[in-house]
Amino acid sequence: MSDNQKPIVEEREHVVIKFAGDSGDGMQFTGIRFSETSAMMGNEVSTFPDYPAEIRAPKGTVGGVSGFQIHIGSSDVITPGDEADVLVALNPAALKANLRWVKKGGTIIVDVDTFTPKNLEKAGWDTDPLHNGLTHEHQLIAAPITSLTKEAVKDLNVDHATALQSRNMFALGIVYWLFHRDLKFTEEYLEKKFKNKHEIAELNRLVLNAGYNYAMNIQLSRTYVIKQAKLEPGKYRYINGNTATAWGLLAAAEKAGLQLFLGSYPITPASEILQEMEARRDLDVIAFQAEDEIAGIVSTIGASFAGKLAATSTSGPGLALKSEALNLAVMLELPIVVIDVQRGGPSTGLPTKPEQSDLLQVLWGRNGESPIVVLAASTPDNCFYYAYLSAKIALEHMTPVVLLTDGYLANGSKPWKIPNLDTLPHIKPNIIKAGELKEYQPYERIPGTFVRRWAIAGTPGYEHVIGGLEKEAVTGHVSYDPENHEHMVIERENKVKEVQKDIPLLEVDGDSEGDLLVIGWGSSYGHIVTAVHELRNEGYKVSHAHFHFINPLPSNTEEVFSKFNKILVAEMNRGQFFRYLRSEYPQFDYRKHTKVQGIPFTVSELKEAIKKNLED
Amino acid sequence: MATTSNTPKYTFKDFHSGQQVRWCPGCGDIAILRAVQTAFAKMGIPKEKFVVVSGIGCSSRFPYYMATYGIHSIHGRAGALATGIKLANPDLSVWQVTGDGDALAIGGNHFIHEIRRNIDVNILLFNNKIYGLTKGQYSPTTPKGFKTKTSPYGTIEDPFNPGELAIGSGATFFARSIYSNMNLSVDILLEAQKHKGTSVVEFLQTCVIFNKNAYDYLTKGPDKENNFIIVKHGEPMIFGKNKDMGLILDENSNIKVVKIGENGITEKDILVHDAHRPDPILHYQLAALQHPVVFGVIRSVRKETYDEALYRQIEEVKQASKYHSLEELLNSGNTWEVK
Repeated sequence: MSDNQKPIVEEREHVVIKFAGDSGDGMQFTGIRFSETSAMMGNEVSTFPDYPAEIRAPKGTVGGVSGFQIHIGSSDVITPGDEADVLVALNPAALKANLRWVKKGGTIIVDVDTFTPKNLEKAGWDTDPLHNGLTHEHQLIAAPITSLTKEAVKDLNVDHATALQSRNMFALGIVYWLFHRDLKFTEEYLEKKFKNKHEIAELNRLVLNAGYNYAMNIQLSRTYVIKQAKLEPGKYRYINGNTATAWGLLAAAEKAGLQLFLGSYPITPASEILQEMEARRDLDVIAFQAEDEIAGIVSTIGASFAGKLAATSTSGPGLALKSEALNLAVMLELPIVVIDVQRGGPSTGLPTKPEQSDLLQVLWGRNGESPIVVLAASTPDNCFYYAYLSAKIALEHMTPVVLLTDGYLANGSKPWKIPNLDTLPHIKPNIIKAGELKEYQPYERIPGTFVRRWAIAGTPGYEHVIGGLEKEAVTGHVSYDPENHEHMVIERENKVKEVQKDIPLLEVDGDSEGDLLVIGWGSSYGHIVTAVHELRNEGYKVSHAHFHFINPLPSNTEEVFSKFNKILVAEMNRGQFFRYLRSEYPQFDYRKHTKVQGIPFTVSELKEAIKKNLED
Repeated sequence: MATTSNTPKYTFKDFHSGQQVRWCPGCGDIAILRAVQTAFAKMGIPKEKFVVVSGIGCSSRFPYYMATYGIHSIHGRAGALATGIKLANPDLSVWQVTGDGDALAIGGNHFIHEIRRNIDVNILLFNNKIYGLTKGQYSPTTPKGFKTKTSPYGTIEDPFNPGELAIGSGATFFARSIYSNMNLSVDILLEAQKHKGTSVVEFLQTCVIFNKNAYDYLTKGPDKENNFIIVKHGEPMIFGKNKDMGLILDENSNIKVVKIGENGITEKDILVHDAHRPDPILHYQLAALQHPVVFGVIRSVRKETYDEALYRQIEEVKQASKYHSLEELLNSGNTWEVK
């Protein structure tokens, strides 16, 4: 390209890019590479992988499309973005599934080689979209990716199928050029990842460069630069919610001076937590892949009795299986942490799609009066902190704690400032050591906290038996006495209420009084923040409060609510938190905005909902 | 297991919890409780190292009567509980008390996987062939055709034999006793404790209310000794009230009962019991035998336990690991500085 043909370089605050292809096309891998490169080049990044439940869904169909959306920018990147500025579609199905999410005027990159009549039919296109008006509304880059990929690697000794597996790298090369990204991060990564498979590393490197050079040569009219973000100084890494959750538990074990035990059964989208813990034998973690969900939690209870920081990880259907054992932990008053990575339900539902519909199951889905502590993380990186706090509360209050995350947080990732472990709050488990007490009474409670002491199996002098039958206060002996039962029910309830003293107050983003307070919990955080900020800039009197502590609720909840005329609860279910708040504080004017499509809110739909509720 | 010379000397009374025993008068569980307390006192293990866990059922009340650590948990799950405790602290002596319903119906999955993994715990399976606590419904070991409250016309399903199921699941230790034979029970419990790996001990045990005659042929009448054999490793398998019956393998490798002195059979022809042979086929046949019923340690084979393998692997991985602290893990991989 000669100098006078240089494209316009457009400076942007924010760009959203989506990679889409068949579920075997390596779209997740491609997306992660782009995100990491962008993070390392100083941008804020938020990502959202969207993939089918089937490992290899029918090739070329809309149902088999796997996508990875990335939002990069110089500030306020807290959602993966509503609509894409750039869509990469490696086949007609990927275009079909994603076209409606591309901004008017956005760039669409397709592998034109795949737009055959057969593939178009499989994807459900009546006519070829590339020749039917697509170019009127979008900048179309119709690249012969398949044939150029083959061409790029013709000198390597690789078979056809292997060569074509690197098509994603060609697309990535194009996007790198479009956004002035440095190839070196990905090249270094490939070298490390395939250090024993040199020819695969070389193959991917060649194709990546071929894509990059192709983009340079086709004389695109426009490229983009994104200014560096102003991030807090420090050392950063990239982290997804599941890893952050696992590491939060590791940090808690270290701070509590206990070994970590995880008993779990694989389930989408929580399996990575078990996988990470199994890999962490190097840090002394005892991870146990149990024979089923029930054995996962029951072994966890056993490990807790034997003095470990014990946790189990699961998703909605697994939590349903665990509920009897969770109740045993309530009755035994042993510390355990249950991680519920929520997904679309009921039943098997939408295994890979996010939803916030386990809330009522967690709060009330057990027999008897069964109060437990419930927390919810709201960003991939703060899964670390809330997993840490869940463990702290469990150990200090001798109670099971459920931490709610979801598929969106679990797989979404963000740059994360690596925390200094010294700055995390202390954890002081209620363990009593041999000789500390003359006589151990398992259900004697520490005055003022309702917490019983933890005598770990193996400690001389404190031999005792606990069980699922109701027990006499103080002694823990089996008791069927009517007054004692009521007393114990209330004590267990009070113990959980006491946790309120240890949790932070609810904060309001925006004015502390006004027309409308938007309430959220969990992973909808970024979308709600963005929507509320935009509306405030447009002059609307709206504020936002996000709950991370679901049970008990922060002590100032009622006071915060009382300053607003209306309260709009936005959640990805049919109104579960809405019902809960209405039952706790019935005096307020609650509204709800709900969505159960297995996809996150969009900022624009939230803004619409907020405006509508401001008007009514 | 840490056993030291200064472990206190115990008697069975040291393992009484002081809780009132609430089993029915004459219940077989009472005798087994006494056998367990007697055996525990002889094991040379400090009291605080014992953990007795159970699920739900009559037998599962057991932990309340033991002056040890214990958990009375939920139906069928004692195996998973025992697993978690043992993995968390292999220094504990973990005992799981369960029944035919608890272990083989609702807890069947945990039972087979616990055995398959060879977790070093001791499973005491009280088999009364009936559901006692819920007042008389059939269990997975109830003989076919037996009439109970939920099988008023007789059951139409074949029962499990716990020994077959255990050995089929890869058990490294299987023994059988009966509530009425205290000495045999104590001996077996001591063997179970010594065995590294999952020890399955089946106790034939009478429910005096709902299945009181189940084991009369083994405990009553002048010919009862013709109906069972007590096997000992290294000794010929001879039984009967006159000690004149024995077990041999026939031409089809099936176990056959023969009479010594008849058809030219002498004591030398009788099979010698080898509890330590790795091949499980003969142990399976012995466990399955209906007549005579086989008591004693049928199988005892040493194999690395899950808990041993787990801690071995943790040590190996730690030695070879890139990370030696959480700090190092957090700072590993792709990181970058923001100034």
